[in-house]
Amino acid sequence: MPFVSVPPVMPPTSDSLIVARGLTKRFGDFTAVDGIDVEVHRGEAFGFLGPNGAGKSSTMRMIGCVSSPSDGSMHVFGLDAATHGAQIRARIGVVPQLDTLDTELSVKENLWLYGRFFDLPRAECRRRATELLEFAQLTDRADSIVDNLSGGMKRRLSIARSLINEPELLLLDEPTTGLDPQARHVLWDRLYRLKQQGVTLVLTTHYMDEAEQLCDRLVVMDQGHIVAEGSPRDLIARYSTREVLELRFAADGNEAAAAQLAGIGDRLELLPDRVLIYADDGETALTETHHRGLSPESALVRRSSLEDVFLQLTGRSLAD
Amino acid sequence: MSHLATPGPLRVVSWHAALYRRLWRVNVLSSLVQPLVYMLGLGVGVGTLVDRNTASGDLLGGGSYVAFVAPGLLVTTTMVLASGESMWPVMAGLRWSRGYHGMAATPLSATDIVLGHAVWTTVRSLIATGAVACVLALFTDTRSWGLIPAVVAAAFVGLAFAMPLMAYSIDAEMDGGFPAIQRFVITPLFLFGGAFYPVTLLPAAVEWVAKAAPLWHGVVVARAFTTPGGAPIDWLAVAGHLGYTLLFSVAGTLVAVRRLRRRLYP
Ligand SMILES: Nc1ncnc2c1ncn2[C@@H]1O[C@H](COP(=O)(O)OP(=O)(O)OP(=O)(O)O)[C@@H](O)[C@H]1O
Ligand SMILES: [Mg+2]
Repeated sequence: MPFVSVPPVMPPTSDSLIVARGLTKRFGDFTAVDGIDVEVHRGEAFGFLGPNGAGKSSTMRMIGCVSSPSDGSMHVFGLDAATHGAQIRARIGVVPQLDTLDTELSVKENLWLYGRFFDLPRAECRRRATELLEFAQLTDRADSIVDNLSGGMKRRLSIARSLINEPELLLLDEPTTGLDPQARHVLWDRLYRLKQQGVTLVLTTHYMDEAEQLCDRLVVMDQGHIVAEGSPRDLIARYSTREVLELRFAADGNEAAAAQLAGIGDRLELLPDRVLIYADDGETALTETHHRGLSPESALVRRSSLEDVFLQLTGRSLAD
Repeated sequence: MSHLATPGPLRVVSWHAALYRRLWRVNVLSSLVQPLVYMLGLGVGVGTLVDRNTASGDLLGGGSYVAFVAPGLLVTTTMVLASGESMWPVMAGLRWSRGYHGMAATPLSATDIVLGHAVWTTVRSLIATGAVACVLALFTDTRSWGLIPAVVAAAFVGLAFAMPLMAYSIDAEMDGGFPAIQRFVITPLFLFGGAFYPVTLLPAAVEWVAKAAPLWHGVVVARAFTTPGGAPIDWLAVAGHLGYTLLFSVAGTLVAVRRLRRRLYP
């Protein structure tokens, strides 16, 4: 046992499902997660946002007890993750970023077998599998071999499978990546229902609308650090203006226009395809734009969203 | 909900069994056909040649060549099967379909997965050698109750190859090494490991190599039981030979658990 200095463990308050202190993950010399503090309460939906490589999955894997922290401490359900991994895993459901389905087996078999891993009796596995097939809208594909399913169906099966042990805590690493818009909305609805049944949700996502829809609270990670924390509404209020004016100029005109737009609104962001002006009143900013003799090809005033917060905090748009 | 907990390795075995259910017909069929082909090809062809050469009678323990080769067939069958099962499928579990990672997210542990593999390999060995034994029971020269303990000896050999190879496959970067193992380890042992002629016929150095591998020890034990009218069984020698194969199984298991734990729970 390596001797590590662990900060005094605060006894998790009764409604704290996950308590991480100084949580760190190193791979060789590289620090993927750099001493973060996270607390997730029972019954809430909590999100991790951040650009590629921010350390979201590394964090999720530590919470799921399939990766041990290099430093710091973590308690899940009040149990120390370093010593009670199996007990914690028995009570959580995990949807990893990469599917781990048995592609040569049928949809149904995937569910049954996963139930067996949790040592559920066979009859119980079958009963839950039937329910979960319904939940994931895969009932008519129950006997299909997983290899032959579409990417979105596989994802739905992964999610259904993660629920086989009726988990109290569900970890979803980019659950809707690769789903079509309709399937995403169905999934949001299902996750919302689970939350109403008292299941705690922890998810990562690159979709800001998803985070706004689902998360009560979220953190934005960048390069292994937490750079902001709060409810979606808080974060927008704190890091963005009320409105945003989006301007598009003719080919390659954005940069030149940005120079002339300086001073309008609170802040200006130049993106490859458009210019964003952050202002409490977008219409006024647009009027000012016209006053300066600029004629954008298109102009749009919208409310600020999490996407703007993300851009402000990480300097990256989500599309990269 | 009160029921007796199923041990982790057995839960892993039900996973293997589900995958096997898709292919067992082909598998068992080839387990039956292959020995039949060898029996006819070697037994009838080479056997006739050898049996006419009276001088070889002593070397073969007094029986026919077919009777001499039969236990060799049993044991090499498990060696080939258990090795194959411990290379590509292990890589698939970790890298391709990633089934091991799925299990790692449940209460199952690396130890459960490795022991599950050991139990499952033993089951597979028994099924395959059982099929070979059934074929051997068709011929008067090779029909004996000794086939049953011979099948058990073969299972020991299967495990002695399976576990070290599982340990190897867990850390193997690509499957590039697997064909080499088959070509430079499994096939030479198949030919030089004492299955088709006594290893004493080999040059001394090769003989020692053959005897160092677990295959020969299993063949010797299997042969002791199946040789018609053979000497009485020396149980101490049997225990020694099987104990030797167990060293490989245990060492392989320990290394495999350590490596798999590092892979699944970095
Ligand atoms: N097993 C590993 N070995 C070495 N480096 C790793 C390993 N796993 C992750 N990393 C590195 O840690 C960093 C964080 O990776 P992580 O997967 O946690 O990011 P992420 O926020 O989930 O990104 P994405 O949005 O692309 O999924 C990356 O730079 C990655 O290369
Ligand atoms: Mg990730």
